[in-house]
Amino acid sequence: MQTNQRPIRAIVMGVSAGGLHALQQILPHLPADFSLPVMVVQHRAADSHGFLAELLNARCAIEVREANMNEVLRGGVVYLAPADYHLLVENAETLALSIDPPVHYSRPAIDVLFESAADIFCDQLVAVVLTGANSDGSQGARCVKALGGRVIVQDPASAEVDTMPAATLSAVSVDHILSLEEIGPYLAGLHGSSHEPASS
Amino acid sequence: MIDMSEPELEDLEIDLVLEALQRRYGYDFRHYARATLKRRLEKRCQAAGLPHLSNMLPVLLRDKEFVDLLLRDMSVVVTEMFRDPDFFKMLRCKVVPQLRTWPYLKVWHAGCATGEELYSMAILLTEEGLYERTRFYATDFNSQALATAREGIYPLDRVEKFARNYRQSGGMASFSDYSLARYRSVMLKPQLRERVTFATHNLVTDGVFGDMNLIVCRNVLIYFDKILQNRVLELFRDSLCHLGFLCLGNKETLEFSSVAKDFEVIDREQRIYRKR
Repeated sequence: MQTNQRPIRAIVMGVSAGGLHALQQILPHLPADFSLPVMVVQHRAADSHGFLAELLNARCAIEVREANMNEVLRGGVVYLAPADYHLLVENAETLALSIDPPVHYSRPAIDVLFESAADIFCDQLVAVVLTGANSDGSQGARCVKALGGRVIVQDPASAEVDTMPAATLSAVSVDHILSLEEIGPYLAGLHGSSHEPASS
Repeated sequence: MIDMSEPELEDLEIDLVLEALQRRYGYDFRHYARATLKRRLEKRCQAAGLPHLSNMLPVLLRDKEFVDLLLRDMSVVVTEMFRDPDFFKMLRCKVVPQLRTWPYLKVWHAGCATGEELYSMAILLTEEGLYERTRFYATDFNSQALATAREGIYPLDRVEKFARNYRQSGGMASFSDYSLARYRSVMLKPQLRERVTFATHNLVTDGVFGDMNLIVCRNVLIYFDKILQNRVLELFRDSLCHLGFLCLGNKETLEFSSVAKDFEVIDREQRIYRKR
């Protein structure tokens, strides 16, 4: 393992079909004072309003909310891409939104979030690809790896739909393949640490 | 040599491209939000088969056709008619009653792109009996987008969504009452643009557009940085009449902007504001 690793500064997650269940398994593991910002793209219908953020916020210690214009990045907040908007990392302090065309028929698209986050955080980024029925996220994961970031993929065997994690696995050599139950504790272990969490 | 990561190097390339666009053509994108701007530039770069962003420079400086394509990429946001039906519902319920109190109305669609929202508003005001007293101003910096808006012709495959949005927005008739199907496209009826003035106007560099009762500028500010957002919001404030309305996109807000104190909130969720 590298000894000169810089500390992780942000987490990005992408999830599609089966996402509600997966996010409900993972996000409750993160404490209210979690030190890192978490950005999440969940594919969903264009008119699905703020229901998902409200539901997750009610069930998690960490704050979960939809990103607005000029949203300032803070640790201890999960920023959900609003339905029908792409979510991007603008700089180390700010998020951005766009209604540019869908990517992989998706808006928000995981690739758009991952690629913009990789540009800003480089090797200080952890990207997580979860259950889903398309290949969104694999191009973004490649970008994250190319800039030195870490990629975690949900074990396809534990995914409700295995297409998306499998697509990422075939696109890049990932850092960890974890079951759904292992992902939450893994991310919680990144809390303020510059090292890989001890494997259990 | 200064040590640079790949993203830092690309950032420098973007600076050079923006400098060239500004100095050669007068279009200033330096205060656009970077992340999306970069995606758009990269897309054009790939389509042209160029390996790096800076490879666009020689083409950019000498090839007008290439620049036109690039400008189209930078401006055309493909939206839908009646995007966010709840917004139009709220407009009918909270803004239209106030509009009725004015004998003559001026409505400005700032950054109207290809015109979908303009026609949505024209239909809404027709149904509310206000169309005849309204003058519409539809502006964009991109004259190609504006030409599409003026034609009012859209691909047939988008119409199903338009019609569904229209119904959900509280539409009083049938969407087909306002459009004519022709081959693989539909044309919005010419009556809907009779009272529209289409004009080139650049929010970055141009000035006040006077005495508006209603300004609609949805999902434009999200593409700007904070400095440009404030400039544009000040421009809107100064272009509105006393008690005039400003409508922004669902994720855009006046909060924390330089004009926050100059507006009251009419509907927080649908981002409808009124000048004090």
